[in-house]
Amino acid sequence: MRLTCPLCGPRDRREFYYYGAEDYLHRPAPDAPIEAWDDHLHLRTNLAGVIKDLWYHEGGCASWLLVTRNTITHEVLSVERVADRKGASA
Amino acid sequence: MRYSGFRVIAEALTGHKGWKPVWRDPTPQPDYDYIIVGGGGHGLATAYYLAKEFKQARIAVLEKGYLGGGNVGRNTTIIRSNYLLDGNEPFYEFSLKLWEGLEQDFNYNAMVSQRGIMNLIHTDAQRDAFTRRGNGMILHGADAVLLSRDEVKAIYPFLNFDNARFPIKGALAQKRGGTVRHDAVAWGYARGADLRGVDLIQNCEVTGMRIENGKIRGVETSRGFIGAKKVGVAVAGSSSRVMSHAGMRLPMESHVLQAFVSEGLKPLIDGVMTFGAGHFYVSQSDKGGLVFGGDIDGYNSYAQRGNLPVIEDVAEGGMALMPMIGRARLLRTWGGIMDMSMDGSPIIDKTGVEGLYFNGGWCYGGFKATPASGWCFAHLLATDQPHKTATAYRFDRFAKGLMIDEKGQGATPNLH
Repeated sequence: MRLTCPLCGPRDRREFYYYGAEDYLHRPAPDAPIEAWDDHLHLRTNLAGVIKDLWYHEGGCASWLLVTRNTITHEVLSVERVADRKGASA
Repeated sequence: MRYSGFRVIAEALTGHKGWKPVWRDPTPQPDYDYIIVGGGGHGLATAYYLAKEFKQARIAVLEKGYLGGGNVGRNTTIIRSNYLLDGNEPFYEFSLKLWEGLEQDFNYNAMVSQRGIMNLIHTDAQRDAFTRRGNGMILHGADAVLLSRDEVKAIYPFLNFDNARFPIKGALAQKRGGTVRHDAVAWGYARGADLRGVDLIQNCEVTGMRIENGKIRGVETSRGFIGAKKVGVAVAGSSSRVMSHAGMRLPMESHVLQAFVSEGLKPLIDGVMTFGAGHFYVSQSDKGGLVFGGDIDGYNSYAQRGNLPVIEDVAEGGMALMPMIGRARLLRTWGGIMDMSMDGSPIIDKTGVEGLYFNGGWCYGGFKATPASGWCFAHLLATDQPHKTATAYRFDRFAKGLMIDEKGQGATPNLH
């Protein structure tokens, strides 16, 4: 599998570290109820099909990437930098 | 029809004309008392113990493909009870005791072979940790023995004892651990369940669940609606897909784990060996192939095939431990989908829907758990109470901070 990093171009899977589902981008407020934190930390849709998840370009530009891909076929549909997303904060 | 040595001789003398199909191929009834979703090791074991030990009837097992065609037919066949934590060790020791009596119990040759397992030690810190683990095992009624470097060398003289990075300093061994013929486990449980009246329904995919007023009424399937008072789901890597029919999100991700078999070799490794530091473990099958594996591929996937970097990583681990493995050719590799839970431990519990029960989150260690998983799930289904060895396997342990995290990695399914 290869991922096309927006900064570095198409790179081998070995350069990337998989972190987990997109859920990690939607962090609840510190005073959110415990159910919201349980949901955020532990529960996953874990879809068979097209999903978004977080990868880190450890062996490249050190960007956090949001990858849209198919978990059944391993097809990669898009890769964007988390920092470039609308409304993203540093 | 009971199997015995006498029966084999009698059939040999009469042209093997007396063997019958091992289970029926029934059409689904309109409704059952119990439906088990998933005709793999855990589902079949559940149906078997539900009928045999808990004296329940009107049971069906629904399987999307064919019986035993999932992870029970594609694993590396190891049994052991060398866990550390209180929530796990009594359960896995219960499972190992069931393995020891399994073939007599279900009258089927599952080739249970207690050839022993050893976990290699490379540092003083690791010896301390393994000593603690071994003591924990003994306190829970299991067996464990600490081997010195010379004792390991007497058994496996060909290992690379003086590897610069991971010199071998000893091992934690469990002599009652070993291997089992994996397919025969599914077949033995299937036959035993069928003999006790369980309907094993193949090519029957669950496509929905009928839930009314918070209570399960039955399941929609590719062969029509089937009603049930209680539904138990044991579908491993497909857990999130099936439970989504009940609107549930589970504390797990699905990941690919690969396994490998070499060409057949002369007898070389008579037990099971794990090289945890190098992400490699190995045993030898009765046909002579080295059966080995390593880590999961590390990212969410439902594709039942692996990626090359992990094949490379496992091959490197094998070369570091026993350099002569480089002379053997790889016969085949394959991948299966693991239900990787957030803490690396399983769930056997009720759900928020009355009459709907769940068994999953076995990660890459479900095979050794098969008998106890089936027994404990049957116990829960029949009595609505958890079995005494499975009280910790609850859904709410994550929200309550009561995780059973053997590896101490936190809520990271890809690192367990």
